[in-house]
Amino acid sequence: MLQTQTSSLSYAHQTVEETPSKVSARGVNVFYGAKQALFDVDLDVPVNHVTALIGPSGCGKSTFLRCINRMNDVVEICRVEGDIRLDEGDIYDLDVVELRARVGMVFQKPNPFPKTIFDNVAYGPRIHGLASNRDEVEEIVFTSLEKAGLLKEVRDRLSEPGTSLSGGQQQRLCIARAIAVNPEVILMDEPCSALDPIATARIEELIDELRQIYTIVIVTHSMQQAARVSQRTAFLHLGELVEVGNTEDIFTNPRDERTQGYITGRFG
Amino acid sequence: MLLLVLTIVLLALAAAVFRIGRGRALALAGGLPKNLSALPRYYGWYVVLWGFLPAVAVVALWLALQPTIIEALVIAGLPDELRSLSDAETGLIYNDIRNALAVGKLPDDARLADAAAHYVRLTGRAPLALSALSVALLLAGAGIGLRMVSPQLRARRMVEKIVRGLLLVSSTIAVFTTIGIVLSLLFEALRFFRLVPITEFLFGPEWSPQTAIRADQVGSSGAFGAAPVFAGTMLISFIAMAVAAPVGLLSAIYMSEYAAPKVRAVLKPLLEILAGIPTVVYGFFAALTVAPFVRETGGLLGLDVASESALAAGVVMGVMIIPFVSSLSDDAIAAVPNSLREGSYGLGATQSETIRSVILPAALPGIVGGLLLGVSRAIGETMIVVMAAGLAANLTANPFEAVTTVTVQIVTLLTGDQEFDSAKTLAAFALGLMLFLVTLVLNIIALYVVRRYREEYD
Repeated sequence: MLQTQTSSLSYAHQTVEETPSKVSARGVNVFYGAKQALFDVDLDVPVNHVTALIGPSGCGKSTFLRCINRMNDVVEICRVEGDIRLDEGDIYDLDVVELRARVGMVFQKPNPFPKTIFDNVAYGPRIHGLASNRDEVEEIVFTSLEKAGLLKEVRDRLSEPGTSLSGGQQQRLCIARAIAVNPEVILMDEPCSALDPIATARIEELIDELRQIYTIVIVTHSMQQAARVSQRTAFLHLGELVEVGNTEDIFTNPRDERTQGYITGRFG
Repeated sequence: MLLLVLTIVLLALAAAVFRIGRGRALALAGGLPKNLSALPRYYGWYVVLWGFLPAVAVVALWLALQPTIIEALVIAGLPDELRSLSDAETGLIYNDIRNALAVGKLPDDARLADAAAHYVRLTGRAPLALSALSVALLLAGAGIGLRMVSPQLRARRMVEKIVRGLLLVSSTIAVFTTIGIVLSLLFEALRFFRLVPITEFLFGPEWSPQTAIRADQVGSSGAFGAAPVFAGTMLISFIAMAVAAPVGLLSAIYMSEYAAPKVRAVLKPLLEILAGIPTVVYGFFAALTVAPFVRETGGLLGLDVASESALAAGVVMGVMIIPFVSSLSDDAIAAVPNSLREGSYGLGATQSETIRSVILPAALPGIVGGLLLGVSRAIGETMIVVMAAGLAANLTANPFEAVTTVTVQIVTLLTGDQEFDSAKTLAAFALGLMLFLVTLVLNIIALYVVRRYREEYD
């Protein structure tokens, strides 16, 4: 039942301006102990589009990403202030388990669990009780692997450990694992930084397909990647959101000189 | 005292030789280190090693052989009628001389007076001779080393080769010791198996190692079936692991995943104190506190509990093993990469789901390794069972009865005055060999499991 959601009314083909926000953040401040990592960030993430967060190392883009599914909760010294809403609902009113089921995450380094390929994908549906029997689990695993473009390669080796796959395959396995919980938003934290150019190209294609169904926020170091996969780009610098707009505008006609400096390679 | 002075003198000489060697290399290179094939200090070390190693080797050899050589010389100086006696008798005479001199007298037998004087002369001169010889050797060796020094000499390579040799020697000492232990166990065990068939030893149901020394002794059947003894070891190890495995593992999970850093900083050292308690203390704790408690509690429940029960010994041994299990499991859990935790949390898993489904499976090889090391400790543990488990070799699985273990039997077989060629004492070696094999296999499995785990995450 959860598999059908949103696809019938996808905003994927509409322009960013006409698209409602899936996630909206207002006045987000993040502190690590006494040090402030994010300053008053306001950002809207449009439904069924890819939003890229770019900026030099340490600018707070990963920190902001981790605010959206409250991954910073586990970091003891980290304090998050401000208002973050998922579909108009405050994410701090949601149970963190439910929030993370709705907002999936793919990490920088592929991190398959020490389980079989099948069990890696089945892990989420099992803990959330999305399937009541073996057949339903299989159904979810197969569709998720299919959507992640991995099914063809692993169909005959589902009982091998997830770690036996290549780096690019592992990352697609992690995407399949996130999809299997049927999230609404997928957060990607530099998902291609550990991959070679061919595996990167595959993931980028995949991201473009996935936005038909999901809303995607991606942190990336590569400006080419941001230009290729995203429709909306936000530039962060020293914990501040400097500029946000349509990807095309940001890369062809940046308003802020810091953005221009960064994208033309003068710093960062 | 002499040795201390000699060591200081040799070290001082070595330091001087080092400077000379380095200086000579520099001088030969015209004061420019770049003309040398190695840094100047390697030439210093090169010369030092040439002098120091032979000197040290000779001192060690001398100290080891001195008593034997002096004895031979003194005996050679005895009058003919004494010298022609058997070795054992001349040995006694030599001892007489030494004992008399030790209390400041000459031997009673006048014929020994010359020999005694000879002994005094020899022992008086020995230290001086040793010092002179070692210093001479050091200087001679250093001299040779100095002559070898030339700018072309690859001093660093030579020094590193020698150092590598020294490292190799150190590492083989442990290996050879192990081989020696195994061989001594093996040969004595083989002697035992000539007296008692190996099948009877392995599968015999009765253990009663009191053999008759005389034909008319009673009550000395001499049965050497080790089955009850091994059953006792297994029963107690099982009880110990039944205590240590869950408690150790659960405390490791608490400390690595749940405990606040402050709590952990207090709890972990406290738990590790358990590992520092001498086993003999655990032993009397088991015998004097736990065993009576177990018996009385059992009595209240209408159970017949022996005053020395497998349960008491096993439980205390389990407590002793807890820190091993918990500390190794803790390391294994801490080594699970944080990315796996985040991956699981990112999917909306709770902390307990993450621990059960992701962290424990990832840490399992390390945990299993820790458990197996715990088991081999339990099997080899002696003091607690000597004091608390008793000596009765019952073939039983009832934890309330007294049992005996392999280690306890080895202790009782070998303590006291024994002939070392009776089946009774030789049986200890056979038991030791079996014990060694079992723990060896367990350790190999544990190491294998732990290594596989390392390969996966580093």
